[in-house]
Amino acid sequence: MRIAIPVDKQNLEASVNQTFGRTPYFLIYDTETKENVFIDNSAAASQGGAGIKAAQSIVDNKAEAVLTPLCGENAAEVLNAAGIKIYKTVRDASVMDTINAFMEGKLAILEDIHPGFHGQGGK
Amino acid sequence: MRIAVLSGKGGTGKTLVAVNLAAAAKDSTYIDCDVEEPNGHLFLKPEVVQEEEITVKIPAVNEQLCMGCRTCTYFCRFNALAYINDKLKIFADVCHCCGGCVLLCPVEALSDIDKVIGKIQKGAKDNINVNTGILDFGVESGVPIIKKLLSEYVSDGKNLTLIDCPPGSACIVMESIKDVDYCILVAEPTVFGVHNLNMVYELVKLFNKPHGVVLNKCLEGENPAEQFCIKKGIKILDRIPFDHELGTINSNARIAVRESEKYQKLFVDLLQKVTKEVHQHEAVTHS
Repeated sequence: MRIAIPVDKQNLEASVNQTFGRTPYFLIYDTETKENVFIDNSAAASQGGAGIKAAQSIVDNKAEAVLTPLCGENAAEVLNAAGIKIYKTVRDASVMDTINAFMEGKLAILEDIHPGFHGQGGK
Repeated sequence: MRIAVLSGKGGTGKTLVAVNLAAAAKDSTYIDCDVEEPNGHLFLKPEVVQEEEITVKIPAVNEQLCMGCRTCTYFCRFNALAYINDKLKIFADVCHCCGGCVLLCPVEALSDIDKVIGKIQKGAKDNINVNTGILDFGVESGVPIIKKLLSEYVSDGKNLTLIDCPPGSACIVMESIKDVDYCILVAEPTVFGVHNLNMVYELVKLFNKPHGVVLNKCLEGENPAEQFCIKKGIKILDRIPFDHELGTINSNARIAVRESEKYQKLFVDLLQKVTKEVHQHEAVTHS
């Protein structure tokens, strides 16, 4: 299964980023092959709609699940439309701990979709 | 003559100054550009003769025509479009209505549709025309309403128009002041008031608008906003006292000019000063 995680740095020692739409990087991790790819989140510098653009790149990278501490409503709408499940992670947790927690089935579905930080990008 | 009344935050006295100046003139037009919470009509009590919905254009997709080239999603700076599972998804609330996606679509799968964002009410009472912009709840920007409000009203040059601005110094205020002849900045006598005054002062300087300050809620003793004006060399037009009588008149949605001789004099004087300032500025720019 391919999962996507917003991360602070481009290595497996990094922490989970506290935002989804404006995280600097995403880790795309394959739970079967352990293959990992870090992608730049080009949405981070968007004037607006960062969540939508970030979610679009998750869809395009064919992830089946997103592990994130927060997710805005527009991003969630894109991910839901693509059938991608969103799991809630602990903020600032290490990436490997988060992946292990997910594989052990310890992460819950993210229920509290927030209305988004619209305007954060300086609309 | 178009005069804008503005301030860096709400509650400083924009509407107080604007409605009283409108009432101090013989004939005037009052335009409420504070579309998020227009309240001048509470004082001027116009009989509404006309109401008009204001719409913006947002894109709609014809899924039969869309071939998934993503030209529109790449183009949109606000990411109002996404392409998921071979379907284009449009986020109307994120759209800034530039129309670029519709223009660029190579197969004409996108077209404009109207989205209502608010309305304009036009009425009149006691020789004052009252035009009010009202933005619907949850809508991001009232700029299209202000554009419509100000484009529809063509001043004959003699008639006095007062533009009650939204608070702050963002796009919506810029739109409200861009064609005015003069800006009245209303300021409170506090350190916080100075901060807010500075915001609108920077704005009117940037727009190169002649301007002056009305110091509102003046108390005995030190007035940081007054000191700021002196330091920066900004014209102080008038001082409105922090007065129980005025507070009572205003909180009962009555107009001080019509209730109190003292305030009639104050606002008639203020109007004369501003008129003189405008003429002086015109003389300078035309010479």
